[in-house]
Amino acid sequence: MALPQRKQDATDTRLAAVTLPNGSAWLTKARNAALGRVSVMGLPARRDEYWRFTDPTTLVDAAAIDADVLPIEDNPEFSKNDALRVVFVDGVFDAAASDDLSLAGVTMTRLSQAEDITWAADLLGTLEERGQKPVERPLAALTTAMATDGLLIHVTGQAERAIHIRYDRKNVGADVSLHHVVKLDAGTTVTVLESGAGAARFASNMEVDVADGAAFHHVRAQGRDHGRRMNTHIFTRIGEGSTFKSFTLSVNGAMTRNDCIMEIVGDDATAHVSGACVGDGEGFHHDDTVFITHDAVGCESRQVFKKVLRNGAVGVFQGKILVKHGAQKTDGYQISQSLLLDGDSQFLAKPELEIYADDVACSHGSTSGAIDEDALFYLRSRGVPHKTATTLLTLSFLAEALQEIADEALAEDLRDRLAGWLDRHQH
Amino acid sequence: MAVLDVDVKEGVDQETVDAVAQLSGAYKYGWNDDEIEMDYAPKGLNTDIVELISGKNEEPRWMTDWRLSAYERWTGMSVPNWAMLKLADIDFQDLYYYARPKSMEVKPKSLDEVDPKLLETYKKLGIPLSEQAILAGVEGAVPDEGRKVAVDAVFDSVSVGTTFQKELAKAGVIFCSISEAIREHPELVKKYLGTVVPPTDNFYATLNSAVFSDGSFVYIPPGVRCPMELSTYFRINAENTGQFERTLIIADKGSYVSYLEGCTAPKRDVAQLHAAVVEIIIEEDAEVKYSTVQNWYPGDAEGRGGIYNFVTKRADCRGDRAKIMWTQVETGSAVTWKYPSCILRGDDSQGEFYSIAIANNMQQADTGTKMIHLGKRTKSRIVSKGISAGKAQNTYRGLVSMHPKAKESRNYTQCDSLLIGSECGAHTVPYIEVKNNSSRVEHEATTSKVDDEQLFYCRSRGMDEEEAVALVVNGFCKEVLQALPMEFAMEAQALVAISLEGSVG
Repeated sequence: MALPQRKQDATDTRLAAVTLPNGSAWLTKARNAALGRVSVMGLPARRDEYWRFTDPTTLVDAAAIDADVLPIEDNPEFSKNDALRVVFVDGVFDAAASDDLSLAGVTMTRLSQAEDITWAADLLGTLEERGQKPVERPLAALTTAMATDGLLIHVTGQAERAIHIRYDRKNVGADVSLHHVVKLDAGTTVTVLESGAGAARFASNMEVDVADGAAFHHVRAQGRDHGRRMNTHIFTRIGEGSTFKSFTLSVNGAMTRNDCIMEIVGDDATAHVSGACVGDGEGFHHDDTVFITHDAVGCESRQVFKKVLRNGAVGVFQGKILVKHGAQKTDGYQISQSLLLDGDSQFLAKPELEIYADDVACSHGSTSGAIDEDALFYLRSRGVPHKTATTLLTLSFLAEALQEIADEALAEDLRDRLAGWLDRHQH
Repeated sequence: MAVLDVDVKEGVDQETVDAVAQLSGAYKYGWNDDEIEMDYAPKGLNTDIVELISGKNEEPRWMTDWRLSAYERWTGMSVPNWAMLKLADIDFQDLYYYARPKSMEVKPKSLDEVDPKLLETYKKLGIPLSEQAILAGVEGAVPDEGRKVAVDAVFDSVSVGTTFQKELAKAGVIFCSISEAIREHPELVKKYLGTVVPPTDNFYATLNSAVFSDGSFVYIPPGVRCPMELSTYFRINAENTGQFERTLIIADKGSYVSYLEGCTAPKRDVAQLHAAVVEIIIEEDAEVKYSTVQNWYPGDAEGRGGIYNFVTKRADCRGDRAKIMWTQVETGSAVTWKYPSCILRGDDSQGEFYSIAIANNMQQADTGTKMIHLGKRTKSRIVSKGISAGKAQNTYRGLVSMHPKAKESRNYTQCDSLLIGSECGAHTVPYIEVKNNSSRVEHEATTSKVDDEQLFYCRSRGMDEEEAVALVVNGFCKEVLQALPMEFAMEAQALVAISLEGSVG
């Protein structure tokens, strides 16, 4: 079907500005295929159903908008964790800051150096392509095509340590695309951590293929630079009896769109995706879009998203649970909540269920409101100062999401950062 | 009783299955009166047809122009495709846009002169004889005492008669067909028509604006409590016709009215189109209850025929403390596309939406509501129960929007779905837009999280969790049924003798 003229024009303009990175033959093939998908789908526009709450213009435009660089903290996220560190500065691999890429239980290569890696050639772009139905995600295809680097992680056993990918930035105007592929063989485990602002405009894909009985843990802290814009996509295919868990903390940022597309294809699997975000000011726009497809029996999925918003910040949640015909005994849970700390902020949500099996327990809840006056009064009556009481109640609101992080030390690290942010942003 | 041949999930009791099976049986209202002579306009739609419909209703020029501009607009619009509905393309040029029983052309003097087939139709519909005379347009017919529901029946495209007009007139209430209102009360029609659902609103509403042939008009003057319930009865009879009725209800300051709407259609192999518009204006302190039992022909078990029901219903609470309550029991139609909405403009105004939607066999329903909170301290409540069986698809689609100025507003939404059999689908697509923080919005679609406080109370009284949930959910279901006026409650209860055990979000 032909695209609407305006969309066609916008897509043509954008694609004309694209230069594909160099790489081995298989990679060039995958990139061209992805670019082909973009030109068929067209780039997102405000009128698209899945962009009704978020204006994609600044993510789509050929030129990225500059964003001031915040100095890197003394004690950046996850620095206490003994993870293997891989650092990208404005999307460029920083060998000096990174550890050696060898890790017991894992084979790791950089996308930009990949030669003939059969497993990666078979996988790269395929989960992204599968995830284009039933809802198109053209920005993900664009990222597949344009990604200059990333990690190809093949997990062949129990990864000895976590892998921490840090995205630092120095340049006010960098426009970066990265693409990671993670393949977990049957029965293996790995934890991947991501942190940092990445670039003025940062796009990333992560394709995760979780084989039977494997476990993938993912914890992400998106950088606090106020002007940064990012769109990220996680595509995952989850096999029998396996576990996928992903948590994202977002602090500040002008525009964040996190898409997570999960397909459960094996029985008795578990898929959890969760997030907490805090935003202050009209420049803050944060969008979590989740699509979980249940195509197997006896699986459990959980979505827990909490947003704290103030001074005109906008929070968006679009979550969908699709239970296919025959996916009986599905247990699907979804909760999206926002705490609006003042009268100007907005919470826009679309929590969807689409169910074609009868023996399921799917539920969703969504609430939005101010801090509970009764709870606040109670704390005040016990002598807790207003500011502290507000912080306490806000943290307790966020707690359900943070509890989704299995590793307590990582959860503690992020909780401290949230407490710090709340302290700084109280009046 | 037909036996429903499905694997039933544990926890769904036999009563539920039987009730659904009964509904899936032969369509009770499915006779068609082929012998009734109909007067058709030619097939298809163009400006001539619009002019012709307007001419047949003896409309003033401003009305004709209003229609023509809607038609102009419609030609540039495309069919909306966002709903979760799979349907064949409708050829809008292959429909009759106007059909009326021939005997209506000249008013009969007594029942003897009325087309006996038309009388037969009324009898099958269960309308008392004395009212039949009025409905058939017999001059000077007087209604019985006792029965206090004023009826306006719309047969295919035209209103065939309104009962109790005189008694209503005593109270100052105007209840007549919209074509009559355009002629007799142009000032009211001009002032209100299209102000809630503008002619440009959406594809089907715009089509309706261009070609609506009749419908009902209600005006309740300030301070008047309408002495009886008002009822409209819609029936599609002719083949290949679209029924496009337009209802306009105005509740002036401090007034009250309860309005009932019922619908049936004959069995046809070909899908028939129904695209109605209902506009309700509620002024300060006024209250309107609008109840629908929609029982259009749903098509057969293989999905042949049935009504395509595309309806735009909207109430505008213009004044402070205005109140609207929509109650719907949707059991018919092959396709339902319907979102009765509330614009809560006045401060402290209230909107309520209670819905039971049952879809069976190949039926598809995409229905829900919109609550648009504009005024301060506005309240809305949505209770939706969707039940799917056979190969049906049932979607709740709703919007709750809290505007920045709608301070201290409240919304509570509860959607429950029940699936019977493994071939059907139940979907929920709520849109929630909150733009101020003093408002509270709660959306729940789970039995285990119905209302924690109520659950906690029951638990504290010694009930186990399941008992407590059953009690609370039962209470909600009752609420939908109780929201119906007596007139409809019995019929609805027969249609919805369904327990909510084992319901899922």
